[in-house]
Amino acid sequence: MLDAKIPSGSLSEKWTKYKGSVKLVNPANKRKLEIIVVGTGLAGSSAAASLGEMGYKVKAFCFQDSPRRAHSIAAQGGINAAKNYQNDGDSTYRLFYDTIKGGDYRAREANVHRLAEVSTNIIDQCVAQGVPFAREYGGLLSNRSFGGTQVQRTFYAAGQTGQQLLIGAYQALERQVALGTVQMYARHEMVELVIIDGKARGIIARNLVTGELERHFGHAVLLCTGGYGNVFYLSTNAMGSNVTAAWKAHKKGAYFANPCFTQIHPTCIPVSGDHQSKLTLMSESLRNDGRIWVPAKKGDNRPPNEIPEEERDYYLERRYPAFGNLVPRDVASRAAKERCDAGFGVGTSKQAVYLDYAAAIQRYGKAEASKRNLGNVSPETITQLGKDVVKEKYGNLFDMYEKITGENPYEVPMRIYPAVHYTMGGLWVDYELKTTVDGLYALGEANFSDHGANRLGASALMQGLADGYFVIPYTLGNYLADEIRTNNIPTDHPAFVEAEKQASERINRLMSIKGKQTVESFHKRLGKIIWDKCGMARSADGLKQAIKEVQALKKEFWSDVRIPGGINEMNPELDKAGRVADFIELGELMCLDALERNESCGGHFREEYQTPDGEALRDDEKYMYVAAWEMKEDNWQLHKESLNYEIVKPSQRSYK
Amino acid sequence: MQHYSMNLKLKVWRQRNANDQGHFETYDVENVSSEMSFLEMIDVLNERLIAKGDEPIAFDHDCREGICGMCSMVIDGRPHGPWKGTTTCQLHMRAFKDGDLITVEPFRANAFPVIKDLMVSRTAFDRIIQAGGYISVNTGNAVDGNAIPIEKDKADASFAAAACIGCGACVAACKNASAMLFVSAKVSHLALLPQGEPERKQRVVNMIAQMDKEGFGSCTNTYACEAECPKEISVLNIARLNKEYLHSSLSAD
Amino acid sequence: MNWSQLFTSSIGKKLVMALTGFFLVVFLLVHCYINANVLFSNAEENFNRAAHFMGSNILIRIMEIGLFLGFILHIVQGYKLELQNRSSRKSRYAVTAGNKTSKWYSRSMALLGTLILLFLVLHLVHFWVPSRFGGLAEVEYDGKTYHNLYAQMQDIFSVPWVVVVYLLGCFSLSWHLLHGVQSAAQTLGITSKNYYQTIKNIGIVFSILVPLIFALMPLFVHFGWQINTGDISLLF
Repeated sequence: MLDAKIPSGSLSEKWTKYKGSVKLVNPANKRKLEIIVVGTGLAGSSAAASLGEMGYKVKAFCFQDSPRRAHSIAAQGGINAAKNYQNDGDSTYRLFYDTIKGGDYRAREANVHRLAEVSTNIIDQCVAQGVPFAREYGGLLSNRSFGGTQVQRTFYAAGQTGQQLLIGAYQALERQVALGTVQMYARHEMVELVIIDGKARGIIARNLVTGELERHFGHAVLLCTGGYGNVFYLSTNAMGSNVTAAWKAHKKGAYFANPCFTQIHPTCIPVSGDHQSKLTLMSESLRNDGRIWVPAKKGDNRPPNEIPEEERDYYLERRYPAFGNLVPRDVASRAAKERCDAGFGVGTSKQAVYLDYAAAIQRYGKAEASKRNLGNVSPETITQLGKDVVKEKYGNLFDMYEKITGENPYEVPMRIYPAVHYTMGGLWVDYELKTTVDGLYALGEANFSDHGANRLGASALMQGLADGYFVIPYTLGNYLADEIRTNNIPTDHPAFVEAEKQASERINRLMSIKGKQTVESFHKRLGKIIWDKCGMARSADGLKQAIKEVQALKKEFWSDVRIPGGINEMNPELDKAGRVADFIELGELMCLDALERNESCGGHFREEYQTPDGEALRDDEKYMYVAAWEMKEDNWQLHKESLNYEIVKPSQRSYK
Repeated sequence: MQHYSMNLKLKVWRQRNANDQGHFETYDVENVSSEMSFLEMIDVLNERLIAKGDEPIAFDHDCREGICGMCSMVIDGRPHGPWKGTTTCQLHMRAFKDGDLITVEPFRANAFPVIKDLMVSRTAFDRIIQAGGYISVNTGNAVDGNAIPIEKDKADASFAAAACIGCGACVAACKNASAMLFVSAKVSHLALLPQGEPERKQRVVNMIAQMDKEGFGSCTNTYACEAECPKEISVLNIARLNKEYLHSSLSAD
Repeated sequence: MNWSQLFTSSIGKKLVMALTGFFLVVFLLVHCYINANVLFSNAEENFNRAAHFMGSNILIRIMEIGLFLGFILHIVQGYKLELQNRSSRKSRYAVTAGNKTSKWYSRSMALLGTLILLFLVLHLVHFWVPSRFGGLAEVEYDGKTYHNLYAQMQDIFSVPWVVVVYLLGCFSLSWHLLHGVQSAAQTLGITSKNYYQTIKNIGIVFSILVPLIFALMPLFVHFGWQINTGDISLLF
C-alpha cells in the first residue's frame, strides 16, 4: 500500500496544521538552492514565479517559443472558487464535496479539501495581478454556474479564462526573469531525468533549435507538463502537448496513477476527414439552450431541416427526463456514442449528433416579441428576434463553428461529437505533490490527485494554480530544508553523463531506423486503437486486443519509422517521434489499467459493468483505490493507495 | 456548405537556419479538401514530402484553435491569411479555389529572426514584457478580489486589450515592423486597472525603451496591424499608449 | 525617466513629427488665408498689402524663423524615421497586402513629403527668395511703396508647366494631410472617441479644402479668373 503522507487531524485542519509545522528554508539558503520547473502552463508558471519570488534559483523549461503559449491558455469556461460572493450557500465544504462527488469517489479527500481551501486565494491573487475577470455594473466580480454544481462559483473572463489566467502567471514569471531569479529556457524539451542517490537532481533537455542536449542541475525537479490526451491522436489538446517528461520520470521510478481516467467532452466539432489534426471544443454552455437529437430512423440521409419533428429522437431528454440535455459530461458523451454506434449518427462521417438551436430561437423570439409588446408578429420576425438573442449569448461560439465547418449554425443544426479533453490520471503524488522519486514533484494536470475519475468543469484551472501558487511553495520547502547542505552537483557527474548518453542513444536509434512510415501515421494508428478500445467504452476483450495491437505497433514503430532531417538542427519530426514513442508505451499502460479496473466510474466505462439501463456501475468494495503503476523492465507492477472517505459517503450518481 | 477538392500551387519560403539565405520553393498540392484547415493542408504536403525523402516544411503551431498565438506565416502577403480576425490555424481551405497559387512566407522583421523555414523567434516580445508588462505582486500578498471595485466599462476595455495573443501579426503586417499594437495592448490592459496604477508611469517608459532596443520600427499609424490582428485589438490602444507615455514623460521628476 | 527621451525614443520622434506637423498646419492656414486674396476682386492690391504686412511685421519675421526650424525638424526627423523604419525589415516580403489592410497614402508619407519638399524648394525660389533678396517690381498704394509680389505671381503662373507642378504639389499636400492630421492626433494620444472623431473629421475637411484653395490660386492667376466681391477685401 502506498502512503500519501496525509497529515493527521480533522479534514478541515490538515492543511493549516501542515503549514504551521512544515520545515522552512531561510532566505540565505534559498539563494543557494536550485529548482527545475518543466512546463510553463498554469501550474508551471505560477510555481516558477512563486518560488522565484521566495528567493530560490529557478530554471523553467517549455517546448513552445514562449511560456505564454502553454495549453492552459485554451481553457474557455472559467475557474471555480468557494468565495460565496453570490450568497447562494457556497463554502469550502461545498466545493470540496462537489469535486469529490463529480470525481465519482475516486479522488483523495485531503487533497481536494486543500484545493477548495486555497481556491479563494487564487482569485485574490489573480485579481491583484491584473487578470480582467468579468465584472458586474457595481464593479464587483461576476460569477456563472457550471455543470455538476448548484451554486454560482465560477469566475470567468468571457470565453478566454484560461488565457487571462495564464497571462497573469506568465507576467509574474517574466517579472522574475527580469529580476534574475528565474532563468527561462524556451524551445527546450526535457528528454531525461537525472537521479543521483535516489533523488531527482536534474534533467537533460534538448534545445529544439540547435538539437543540442543540455545538462541542468537542480536540487529538486518539478514536472508541470500537463496531460496526455494526445495519446488519442485527436483531442482538444495542443499539437505539442505530450507525456514525454512525465514518461521519462515514470521510467525512472515515478509511479503513474490511474492512467485510464480520461475525460471525453461531449460538445466538440466532429471530425471532417482523415486530414483532421485536432479537435475543437465548443463550450459546455451550449447545452443550456440547445437540444440534442439524431434521426429516429437508421441511416436517414435527409438534411436535418427536412426531418419532421416526430421522426427525431431527442435521446438525452428521452433517457434522462430529469436532467435532459444537461447531464454531466461523461453521461452525455456515452449517450452520443451509443446512438452513433447503433447507426443513427449524422453527417458524412456518421459520427456526429445534432445540437439544434431552432427551438431556442423560437422560444427566445417569442419572449422577445412579448417583451417588446409587438403583438401579432410574423413567424419571420420571431425567428429574427430569436436569432438576435442567441447571437448575443453565443455569438462567438457560433462564429467559430462557422469558421471551421463553413455551415451557418443559425440555419442548420450544429453537428457535435465527443472528444478527448482532459486526463485525470497522471504521475502519482503524495499530499506534498511529491512523486515516488524523492525530490521529484508533479503539479497540475500532470499529477493525478484531485479529480478522481471525472473532472468538473472550471476545476482544472483551479487545480493548476492552487498547486503552483499555494501548495508547492510550502511543501517543497519541507524537502529542501534538508538539502541546504547539498552543494550544486557539477553536471559532469557520472549520473548526468549517463542520462545524456541514454537520451542521445535513443535519438540516434530513432534517426537510424530510416524506415518507410511517417511519425504522424503511427500516431494516427495509435490514436485509433486507443480511441476505439480504451475510449468512451471499454471491454476486457477489447482492451486485451488493444494491448496486443499497441505492442505490435511499438515494434513496427521502432523498425519502420522514417524521420527526415538531422539531429543537430531544428527538427520537428524528430521531436514528434520522441513523443509518439512515449505515447505508444503509455497507451499500453492505459489499456492495462483499464483492464485491471473491473468497474465503471466517471470517465472509465467498462461495458461489462453497467446497470440494467446502461449507467456506470462502481464497485466500491474492490476498487476504492488509486492504481499506481511502477515500471519494471518491460512490464508494470501495480501499487495501490486505498481511498479512505472520512467525511463524504460515496453513493450512486443518478440523473434520471 | 458544398465541400470541394482543389489542386494548388504553393510557393513556400525555405530556409535551413538563421544563417541560411533562404529561397522560395514551389510545390503542387493535389486533392486538397475545402474542409481542411490551412495547417492541415501543410500537414498533408509535409507527409508527402517525407514520403518522397524530402524535408518537411517547418512551421510554428500548437493549440490550433486560435488562442495560443504560436502559429504565424504570411499567406499571400497577409499575416494569418485572408480571413479577418482569424489565426492561420483557424483559416480553412474554403478561402481558396482550385488552381490558386499561394505564397507562404515567414513573419519578416529584424526583431523576429527566422529560425527555420516559416518559424521565427518572437522572444523579443517576452523581453518587452520583462521590461514591465506585469504588476509587481508576490504570491500571497493579495487583498480580497472584491476589495477594489472596478468600473465595468474599464474592466471590459482592459479585457479587450488583454485578449492579445502575442502572435506578432501586428509586427508582420506593419510596413515599419513596429510592435506598437502589441505593446499598447499590454500597457492598456494594465493601465486601465487600479491594480496597475502604482507602476503605471514606469511601466510604459520601460516597455517602450525595450521595444526600441529590440529593433522594431516606429508606428506611422497606417493601422495595418489592426486590420490583420487575429484578435482585432483596436489601435485606440496605441493612442492610449502614446498618452501614457506623454503623461509619464511630462510628469517625470 | 529622462525628459529628453520624450524626443529621442520612437514615440518621442513621432511626437516631434506630430507637433511640428500641427505647427505647419497652422502656418498653412495663415498662408492660405492671406493668399486667398488672389481669388477675389482687387486681388493685386489686397494681396500685395497682405504680403507686405507679413514681410515687415517683426513678430511674423520672428515666427518665420520658427517656421523654418519647424520645417527642417519635420523633414529631417521624417527622413530619419523613414530610414530607420525601412531598415527594421531587412528581408522584404515577396507579396504584400497593399491596399487591403491600409491606405496607400498612409504608407506613402515619405514619398508625399518628398514631393512636397521638391515643390517647396521651387516655391521658395519663385517667391520667397526674390521678396527677401530683391528682384521684385514695386508698386505704390496711397503713397506707400510695396513689392509687387502679385506681378511676380502673374509672371510665374503664366508658364503652364509651372501651374501643373503647383497643382501636383497641392495634390501631394492633400494626401499628406489626409493621413497626417489624424496620425498626429493618434500620436498625441487622443483616446476619447468623440475628440478623435472630431479631429479626424476636421482633418479630412482641412486636407481637402486647404490644398484645394491653394490649387485654385495658380489656376486663377493663370487664367485671369476672379470672384467678384466688389470692394470687400479679404484681409485688409
